[in-house]
Amino acid sequence: MSARMRELFGLLPVSLLVAAGFAAVLSTRTTDVQEATLTYGLVFLGLCVVGHIFIRAKLQDADPYLFPLAALLAAIGLVLIYRIDPELAREQAQWFVVGLAFFCITILAISDHHVLERYRYLIAAASIGLLAMPRLPGIGGQVNGAFLAINVGPIQFQPAEFAKIGIIVFLASYLRETGDILVRARLRPLPWQRQLLLYGVPALLALIAIVVLDLGPAGSVLLVVFTASLVAVLRERPSPKHFGPLLLVWGLAMLMLIFIRDLGSSLMFFGGFLALLYVATGRLSLVGVGATMFFGGAFFLAGSVAHVQERVDIWLDPFKPGVVDDEGYQIAQSLFAQADGGLFGQGFGQALLELPGGGTILPAAHTDLVYAVLANEAGLFGAAGLVGAYLLLVFRGFKVSLLATDGFSKLLAVGLTSVFALQVFVIVGGVTRVIPLTGVTLPFVSYGGSSIVANMVLLALLLIVSNHARAERIRRGGLV
Amino acid sequence: MNRQIIQLFLLFAVLFAVLVAFTSRWTVFEADSLADNQFNRRPLIEEQQIPRGLIYASDGRTVLARSVGSGRGQNRIFRRVYPRGGTFAHPIGYSFIENGRRSLELSRNDDLAGQEDEFESLFAGLEGRDREGLDVVTNLNVAGTQAAVAGLAGRKGAVVAIEPDTGKVRVMVSIPEYDPNLITSDFGRINRDPNKPLLNRTTQELYPPGSTFKVVTATAALDSGKVKPETVIDGSSPKTISGVSLENAGGASFGPISFTDALTNSVNTVFAQVGERIGRDTLVKYMKRFGFYQDPELDYPDFQMVPSGVINGDGRYVEDGFDVGRAAIGQGGLEGEVRASPMQMALVAAAVANDGRLMKPRLTDRVVRKDGRIKEKVEADLQAKVMEPETADQLAAMMSRVVEEGTGTAGALAGITVAGKTGTAEVGAAREFTQPWFIAFAPVEDPKMAIAVTVERTTGQGGTVAAPIAKSVLEAMLGGGV
Repeated sequence: MSARMRELFGLLPVSLLVAAGFAAVLSTRTTDVQEATLTYGLVFLGLCVVGHIFIRAKLQDADPYLFPLAALLAAIGLVLIYRIDPELAREQAQWFVVGLAFFCITILAISDHHVLERYRYLIAAASIGLLAMPRLPGIGGQVNGAFLAINVGPIQFQPAEFAKIGIIVFLASYLRETGDILVRARLRPLPWQRQLLLYGVPALLALIAIVVLDLGPAGSVLLVVFTASLVAVLRERPSPKHFGPLLLVWGLAMLMLIFIRDLGSSLMFFGGFLALLYVATGRLSLVGVGATMFFGGAFFLAGSVAHVQERVDIWLDPFKPGVVDDEGYQIAQSLFAQADGGLFGQGFGQALLELPGGGTILPAAHTDLVYAVLANEAGLFGAAGLVGAYLLLVFRGFKVSLLATDGFSKLLAVGLTSVFALQVFVIVGGVTRVIPLTGVTLPFVSYGGSSIVANMVLLALLLIVSNHARAERIRRGGLV
Repeated sequence: MNRQIIQLFLLFAVLFAVLVAFTSRWTVFEADSLADNQFNRRPLIEEQQIPRGLIYASDGRTVLARSVGSGRGQNRIFRRVYPRGGTFAHPIGYSFIENGRRSLELSRNDDLAGQEDEFESLFAGLEGRDREGLDVVTNLNVAGTQAAVAGLAGRKGAVVAIEPDTGKVRVMVSIPEYDPNLITSDFGRINRDPNKPLLNRTTQELYPPGSTFKVVTATAALDSGKVKPETVIDGSSPKTISGVSLENAGGASFGPISFTDALTNSVNTVFAQVGERIGRDTLVKYMKRFGFYQDPELDYPDFQMVPSGVINGDGRYVEDGFDVGRAAIGQGGLEGEVRASPMQMALVAAAVANDGRLMKPRLTDRVVRKDGRIKEKVEADLQAKVMEPETADQLAAMMSRVVEEGTGTAGALAGITVAGKTGTAEVGAAREFTQPWFIAFAPVEDPKMAIAVTVERTTGQGGTVAAPIAKSVLEAMLGGGV
């Protein structure tokens, strides 16, 4: 079966899910059934078919599973949002039309992704500009203490969603070029006296620092990992100028923490950078230095940036009296909603979202807490299924990277997939209290125009890379 | 590069596994503690949207508690109404969002609120059924309960009636009662009332059982073979027991007297000697078989039950070091005094009535789904083999004499044989009050009902105060002589 036929068959279960999901939610709303509601489902299916035909025409060799998986996630999101508020679902469906348009435009405009390498500095500058926009007076705005959105007329827009793509394009291109010179070939082993000196002295210094500064367990671990990684990096005697980019991106991430005050999105960006750095150089030591510098910086900033400190405190104890009714209310309600779901959930449309006297029990149910709503309605099995779908999509993304033949394609596919996977981890991890809860969206599922459009563009880029890679393989006869 | 790409993918697989692990933590492993979290309003909101099940009397028709709805759609909420007011307040209790739950409303809450297991609720969800409460049919007898309330006539006290062969609790009356319909508006006043109307005197209060405890002593003596019904013992008064002089009621001196006659006339000096003859260990052993030293095994909240037993001046339960002679007649001192709940004394009578086999007491008969299917039927369940059937027969014969010609003649029913034992404990700082008791079962040949009656801090004897109440309750349920 050809790739495109597999893609078409992959869309069949998605259409069944949309139909079943809407039917389930509709059946619980006996009072306000509108005939128009079912058409959302049909419109959605129509959009999927349009997307499929477009891929068939322009990217006939691209990965057959990426698009159906994204459609599956979008279908789950649409049903959940419809259940929360039918009006929001209508808007979300409209955003899917816009997103699909951007998807097609991306594919039409970028027939070969290698052209992006030519504009990498322009793209990097534009991305940083986008990130800074929420701090601009007039259009910027603070939501829950973080600067993540801008308002242009009636439309709220999260520029970070687009900046993440631009920064990955830049990093992939930059590291393709410098990755090899960041590290040299392995040197032959040193005599043991030199080794002892090399490892022993920094270890001693680190120990003294721990004792003198009286660092806690977290701080001690950070310092030890940092010292060990730094020694391993220095061991390869890199020229100082190659630390430039590393320090630059670290500085950028710290600036993001200060400027947009959102731990989640800076974790997402910096994590994507470290993933690319590792794939490009194969040196864990570089990742160790980077990661410890990030957490060390975040640790330090947490003390000085009030919003970040507050988020961490809520994360550590959301049920502290005085916190639970105020800043901790959202995460506490998220956990209560999940506990209410149990193994199988309350059933679609059955979970408690509105208080009997009016008002909502789950703040930002359609954006931040959409995963908690799913756990409440579909239980552990439904939630684990969603995470499984994300993992499959990530797997296909990495597969694209494995099949790609040139460095830029590999790094671009890995970077885009990593930043996507990290976004899922940051928001689901926040909702489930693995890490502090922050305001990034759940890709394809959360309500939000910029999120849908940006992720459709990301999907288009992955498909373009995939099309090239697989076409190349087919030409060489390596892929049936 | 490919090796790093695969390693990176594995890292993400681990991270996603952590997400699923934490989701399971909240949805399954810590779900119960989150549901019970004091800041979680979900259970309360959901609960008042569920019509709780009905609670019925034993006839399956008389409604003791029901839910009334108000509002519509998402805002529909239900409130509990108790049509019988205070009459069944102690066994049934109440359930209100503002005040919590008590009694059967608490111990059967999962059924009444329609809490089903995961699979049942999955099917309910698939069939589109709304969650609703299950009905509970109790064993409570309406006529017997009304007779007990009328018999106590406003005096503080308690009546418990149990079916000996099934353990079904037919009557649980504690006076004063409270009106559960007024709990939300008047809880403060009811809670502060010095007469303690919220206290269930049948299970939550301990009294000196007086001579009714001689049934326990007699069981230990006969069943251990130390004494026979015809054994003759000196019933002179006074007698020195544990170095202190002990008198019979009214100072009556009986001389040498058979054990049967000693029970008929409730001779303290005989029973004190018997107590010393059997010893503390044997007495405590038989008390434990009757269920002393533990909460009654009743489907009732733990906090509303206290164990009976020998309690010393510090309020501790003791099994040793007390005056066994005085304990044997239901008395004692600072080193240990017998204290028993009316529920416990009813269980003593029930065990004797049921050939020495003590059945677990049960308020609930069955739990019924709205479609009529029975979810749970509470079957008769043996709690302990207290004594041999022969011992029980001997005791039944001895207790029959108490009602025929002894201290308990006021408990006799026309046409139905009754076996019983009276008790009159002296209470108050100057022993100016009495705690009259009567425990009994009937008919003797085939016991259908066992009963314990006591009145708190009054004047008069068990035979004159408590026995007539038992008589009217037994009449109401067994239909004899009316």
